[in-house]
Amino acid sequence: MATPDYTLTELMAVTAAREIRDGEVVFAGTGLPMLGVMLAQRTHAPECVIIFEAGTAASRLAHLPMSVGDPRVMRGAAMAAGLMEVFTYVLQAGRVDVGFLSGAQVDRYGNINSTSIGRDPGHPSVRFSGSGGACDIACLAKRTIIIAKHEKRRFPETVDYVTSPGWLQGGDSREASGLVRGGPDTIVTTMGVMRFQPESKAVYLMNYHPGLTPTAVAEATSFPLDVRHAIETRPPTPLELRILREEVDPERIFLT
Amino acid sequence: MPGKLIDVREAAALIPDGATVSFGGFTTQRHPMALIYELIRLGRRNLYLFGHSPGGDWDILIGAGCVKRVELAYEADEAFSTVGPCWRRAVENGRIEWEDYSNFSMVARFTAGAMGIPFIPVRSLLGSDLVTREGLGPAARRADPRTSAKKLHVMDSPFDSRDRVVLVPAIHTEFAVLHVQKATACGTVRIEGQTFADVQQAHCADTVIVTAEDIVEEDDLRREPERNPIPFFVVNHVCHVPYGAHPYAVFNCYDYDPLQIAEYHGAARDDAAFRAYLEKYVLGVEDFAGYLEAVGGRRRLEPLRASPGFGYSPDLPRRRS
Repeated sequence: MATPDYTLTELMAVTAAREIRDGEVVFAGTGLPMLGVMLAQRTHAPECVIIFEAGTAASRLAHLPMSVGDPRVMRGAAMAAGLMEVFTYVLQAGRVDVGFLSGAQVDRYGNINSTSIGRDPGHPSVRFSGSGGACDIACLAKRTIIIAKHEKRRFPETVDYVTSPGWLQGGDSREASGLVRGGPDTIVTTMGVMRFQPESKAVYLMNYHPGLTPTAVAEATSFPLDVRHAIETRPPTPLELRILREEVDPERIFLT
Repeated sequence: MPGKLIDVREAAALIPDGATVSFGGFTTQRHPMALIYELIRLGRRNLYLFGHSPGGDWDILIGAGCVKRVELAYEADEAFSTVGPCWRRAVENGRIEWEDYSNFSMVARFTAGAMGIPFIPVRSLLGSDLVTREGLGPAARRADPRTSAKKLHVMDSPFDSRDRVVLVPAIHTEFAVLHVQKATACGTVRIEGQTFADVQQAHCADTVIVTAEDIVEEDDLRREPERNPIPFFVVNHVCHVPYGAHPYAVFNCYDYDPLQIAEYHGAARDDAAFRAYLEKYVLGVEDFAGYLEAVGGRRRLEPLRASPGFGYSPDLPRRRS
């Protein structure tokens, strides 16, 4: 097979961008999600709006931010305020259509750990940053898209700590917990794209990235993964790649 | 109105060992770094820190051994480093006590304190281990009035029992320290850009210290009072500290310093290298002016200066190595 003319990071950014619909309000962190939103704005979703939890809405980004508290997020923003305004009036009130999440571990119901590794969080073997706004986005956005590295240890049977609740134990357990809306919709990984069964809420493989096989993805997952209906991920178009490289990240901060 | 201007070292000296403190800013912007370096030089110990998304401000204090207990949502410089290196090691080696919340719940807690109410309901956290797991047990909480008696409380609404919320306890701190663009000698404050949770943090503190890039005339700020989020009578002390958030950014003033942040993160992964960093930039210099010279002085700072119309330095080299 010929070597593709795009990198894995580019493929993932394009795949994330295609999940965003025009006019949606998007809660995005730094890195890959930001590449995705900026690309979506320059292709099929010019009216989608970026919300930054540190206090800005509808920025017209000219340069990629390194953090959601980066002065770059002020560029052309429709509103600048603080975290409380964004978390209450925008997120809790139900105005966020889609939020992006990531973490060190993701289970079959889309529960995410970004707190620590080890069964006792009081004495963890590895400590991470912690929730930040991730738990809030997972609880209160209308749907979420998870970005993750696809390795067996990162897709375990159960996560060591539920930082960001997904479909919890599956079925109607999320609704029973008292959460008013939302839940994970898609997982974009380094190997493919997964979605959730409508009833059981268990994850299944929808796409595997070019050059891989469904079996290879299943083998990199600790829990049984339904791959029966998976088809190959649509590769980036030349236009998407050009915009990503020349307009979204010309400084090559996140693109590799 | 009496003037409130004092030197940043005098301001830091007001904060005793064991104090409860919150610092303004968010990950890579507007942390009161000059005052934090003074706290390290003063050898402060056993501080109790409250925050939502601190970055290197907390990380260097934790590494320097100044911190006993933290309540937080996140500790990292985001894309510069996915976890604060000193924070990570302190947890893994059992050198710090902590309680995890989310950004929304921590900011809601500051808001409750600022509003003078004992707790506030949020619709977040349900179903997560932030509800079911606790870093600080009941005994540790009972033993220390600086920490809320309970982490949180899940309840069904008294108005509709199908409606579940999580009550989170108000925060009151002895000190809040903010770094802002402009302040007056009387304590009127102007914050430009995102306000983060600085306003709530100020209002739930007994003593508020503001360090500012510029000290301006009272009349200058009172011409547009709608842009002044904190009134002078909430502020106790004001310090004039240009570049006071370095290596972090201040919107409309200067950008973050990618070279200094990278040097910090490179050093902070290792105890010995971290001690050398502290010696070179904090303990081994006399004051904040000495720090700015040690990082390279004007030659390092000039390229960080914000361009008008952007509020940051658009041509700053930022590519990660």
